[in-house]
Amino acid sequence: MIAIVDSGGANLSSVLFAFERLGIPAQLSSDPDTIASSAKVLLPGVGAAAAAMDTLKRNELSACLRQLKQPVLGICLGMQLLYDRSEEGDALCLGIIPGVVARLNASPGRSIPHMGWNRVTPRRDCALLDGEEFFYFVHSYAAPMGAAVCAVAEHGVEIPAVVQRENWFGAQFHPERSAAAGQRFLKRFVEL
Amino acid sequence: MLTKRIIACLDVKDGVVVKGTRFAGHQVVGEILELAQRYRDQGVDELIFYDITASPDGRRVSKKWVENVARVIDVPFCVAGGIRSVGDAKEILHSGADKISINSPALENPGLISELAAVFGNQCVVVGVDSKRQNDDFAVYRNTGSESKIQESGRRTLEWIAEAERLGAGEIVLNCMNQDGTGSGYDVEQLAQARAQLTIPLIASGGARKVDHFERVFRDAGVDGALAAGAFHRGELTIPDLKVELRKRGLEVRL
Repeated sequence: MIAIVDSGGANLSSVLFAFERLGIPAQLSSDPDTIASSAKVLLPGVGAAAAAMDTLKRNELSACLRQLKQPVLGICLGMQLLYDRSEEGDALCLGIIPGVVARLNASPGRSIPHMGWNRVTPRRDCALLDGEEFFYFVHSYAAPMGAAVCAVAEHGVEIPAVVQRENWFGAQFHPERSAAAGQRFLKRFVEL
Repeated sequence: MLTKRIIACLDVKDGVVVKGTRFAGHQVVGEILELAQRYRDQGVDELIFYDITASPDGRRVSKKWVENVARVIDVPFCVAGGIRSVGDAKEILHSGADKISINSPALENPGLISELAAVFGNQCVVVGVDSKRQNDDFAVYRNTGSESKIQESGRRTLEWIAEAERLGAGEIVLNCMNQDGTGSGYDVEQLAQARAQLTIPLIASGGARKVDHFERVFRDAGVDGALAAGAFHRGELTIPDLKVELRKRGLEVRL
């Protein structure tokens, strides 16, 4: 069973439906014991970092998440929450991957939010990717380019698209909204 | 590099997809799920559903079809139509829509844009604008889904989109009413002026029929996405042909 952490965001049903389409059992949960005993854990998130961290702390999930040993995948804001801190609402995050999530600045020819389909290019071997593909992004803050980065997208600057540290994975894009490429990505995570 | 988005717009009236010309004389073109699935399979980058009857009647799109679309469709989609409160938006977003678009209600209560952005994040909040040329300027219209209730809002388009961005909109869809349904091409001049006012994404709407129209609006107006309805529904232009041709002409699109 895959546990989808109820982080209070608005895209929870999209993520659930994505697993439904793949025929893979998944359940929404905010219960630390259920999450800790699941084979895989998904941390989705849409909205602001500070609000999402408040929800996780209120449900006593931040300590639980830090201790997980099974594969965990953070999606979009869920990936950003894996870092030490986010400039968005000056939020203290989970501190699993070192670094600070910072605001992306707009410039001519570079709209923010970074919204739409972008080419994701692997920078090193990653179990979740098989070469270059297009994925759907929607975000205004981005993780730092550090040692955890497996793949990047370019939007004026290089943006971490897929990150990994030990059993923690993160996707800045939305695999649940990335058509066939997204389905393959989620399937690879399930098959880890 | 971010690709230029090709967006299919489905105007929904009484539960089916319709298309009119210059906002009047709507004709039924098909079922919601069937059309959505077809466009997804053809490689559309995004879908927008406009419940064009919702706002003037003071009602809102029913939640059930939104959830049905979210179950079937794995590309992003936006829902518009009579969303007047955080509660309305929450229902749509929790049903699985990625974004909500507000038009007339934002004109009546601009603070709604800020409220929605504060709760859901600005990436979920699209402001739709129906704009008509007036002499050398552009004017915003409201309640454009109904022939009897359509009226000028009293706002100038370029000022209104800048204000919407300041209030927290994450994207603007600018529908140029003079072009809508004509197939004569996007209003590149108006869209270029709009693009210069904004730092958030801008989506062009109204007038698309040919590959040239898309190429021009991407190159000359610098928009982030371009929307079409009738040209796709009538099969005058197919999404795979359009994207292959745009790629050949050197534009970054998802194939």
